[in-house]
Amino acid sequence: MKRRDFNRLALGICLSPILTNAKLIGGTDALAQETRRDGMLELDDLQHIVITRVPALTGRYEFLSFRQADQGRAWLSGILDQVASVQRARESIEREQSWVSVAFTWQGLRALGVDQQALGTFPEEFRQGMVARAEMLGDTGRNHPDRWVGGLASPNLHAVAILFARNGAERERATRKHQTFLARTPGVEVLSSLDLDGFPPFDYAHEHFGYRDRLSEPQIEGSGLEPTPGSGASVKAGEFILGQVDESGELVPLPKPEVLSRNGTFMAYRRLQEHVGAFRDFLRQHGGPTPEGQELIAAKLMGRWRSGAPLVLAPEKDDPALGADYQRNNNFSYSKMDPQGYAVPLGAHIRRMNPRDTAASIQRRRMIRRGATYGPPLPEGAPEDGVDRGIAAFVLCGSLVRQFEFAQNVWINDPNFHELGNERDPLIGNQDGTFDLTIPKRPIRKKITGLPAFTTLKGGAYFFLPGINALRYLAGQS
Amino acid sequence: MAIPKEGYFKLEQGRYGPIFPRTPANYGFTVIAKVKPGRESAIREYGKTIEEAVKANPNVLAPLRLHYLRWVMFDVGSGLHFMYQGIFDTDFDKYVEDAIALFNSTGITTVFVNLEGWPEDWRTNTLAVIKFFRDHQRPSFLEYGEYPYVTADEVRKSLSVKTALSTMLDQMQ
Repeated sequence: MKRRDFNRLALGICLSPILTNAKLIGGTDALAQETRRDGMLELDDLQHIVITRVPALTGRYEFLSFRQADQGRAWLSGILDQVASVQRARESIEREQSWVSVAFTWQGLRALGVDQQALGTFPEEFRQGMVARAEMLGDTGRNHPDRWVGGLASPNLHAVAILFARNGAERERATRKHQTFLARTPGVEVLSSLDLDGFPPFDYAHEHFGYRDRLSEPQIEGSGLEPTPGSGASVKAGEFILGQVDESGELVPLPKPEVLSRNGTFMAYRRLQEHVGAFRDFLRQHGGPTPEGQELIAAKLMGRWRSGAPLVLAPEKDDPALGADYQRNNNFSYSKMDPQGYAVPLGAHIRRMNPRDTAASIQRRRMIRRGATYGPPLPEGAPEDGVDRGIAAFVLCGSLVRQFEFAQNVWINDPNFHELGNERDPLIGNQDGTFDLTIPKRPIRKKITGLPAFTTLKGGAYFFLPGINALRYLAGQS
Repeated sequence: MAIPKEGYFKLEQGRYGPIFPRTPANYGFTVIAKVKPGRESAIREYGKTIEEAVKANPNVLAPLRLHYLRWVMFDVGSGLHFMYQGIFDTDFDKYVEDAIALFNSTGITTVFVNLEGWPEDWRTNTLAVIKFFRDHQRPSFLEYGEYPYVTADEVRKSLSVKTALSTMLDQMQ
């Protein structure tokens, strides 16, 4: 298969992949040479998920608890060979059928036997965990950890095994293999699992509300991947990878021991249920009787048409060709192109999640998202069926407090973001029916009051994703 | 508005500790720390540097979302102290990393290195810098605003509306 065709396939899935989102420099071999020459990133040590998108259509997360340290280490020893580095994943991507990543909570590191002194050198927010940080994150009311599912709020949550697979059959095969393996380590308990599935149309990544996904993604300097036009400069590796220089130009001291923390990344997991019925009702209520009016309201909530076309570049009418063109669909900014928010409302989702040139130190707030949709799609025209469907994603960053928590606390949930006064992110903010959405419009703005919640947080956790050598260390092999 | 001794009415945790409330005078921030011996002139000189930086780029301090800055040095018998007082439109917890990045890029940090207790590893240890500010923050117990809860942005917008109106009236003569 030609690389171009392969990339088209990779783009089609709703799961982790998409090489086409960024321009791959040369082929796989050329890329390997490029990175060797560069010598900055240790691609043979980084877990592939940090940089590589794999061509998966399905996946599964298994959330684990270690009742005995030696059993946990035995489990890790056994699964270690399945965890591919960036380099290995790149070299084998066209023949591999599934990909595994492994990460641990702070309690999980402790359960595996990491000593107390070393544990104390990890950042406070990671030590505390997402549950303890709930109020600041806006995880209150219907999003409160008391209402989470799958044991995710439990201190017994120790690890997650992330599987991405090319198709459902491969997922079944890999899951059965894991079950057989787990049977040999009875001290490792599966708290819960979640199957992930892309759904038609398969030719582009999208989520249950129908928005094209993964259009704006940071690329790590030295990764060999170039950001698409408008996605900002490549980001210094230290913003995502411990032991690398970050955007401040400094090397932040590593948690101890270095063999454990070097080439690691922090991950915030978020499982967001999407209320597709409520979302469609809202579009009908506020967009009027015509499909065009409803599409415009959907676009104003996001800042993009559901095709992916950005409102800054297509303010009046959808332009699906623009939405599908990665050389154009992210190439815009706000301060000069849309300062008042006539195209993208100041409180719209993409303006909050990436304020581009209207925020200070934007390169220090970037995040990498890996994840997928779960649950069956709700057919168009069907009433809400109450089935749990949504997005389950990992947000990767070098500092949870500076990147993920800042985005949650300030960009998503601060009612006074951009001086709006009483608004939160219309799609993923903590909405309780008391917040508004202002849509700037000439001559008079439109204000929607009492925004309903379109999403509910069903679970979350902070994980540490170690490098491959660190996994060996944790498994007691080094 | 009279504020309890701890600086807040109800304990609400931000990313780095308790959030201090917005008052009619917006968000106050008063850091008081002792000056290291012999460093007075270095701090005083830095006032001019900031003036020059603002002259060269009037927006250089914009990320701080400031109304006013007042820097004072005083000695009331316990040695020379430096007071950094700012009135902001945002609570310090929210944009603290941006503020520290700005302090570093404009060299404001060079003022703080002349203060006792400033962390040696401030370049790489943001948490220690935040701790210094929190440890040396002295919350107000009374704040008043003649124009309550008005942001700097609203003031700027009102002034530009006033300018636009007077231009319009001039053109109608």
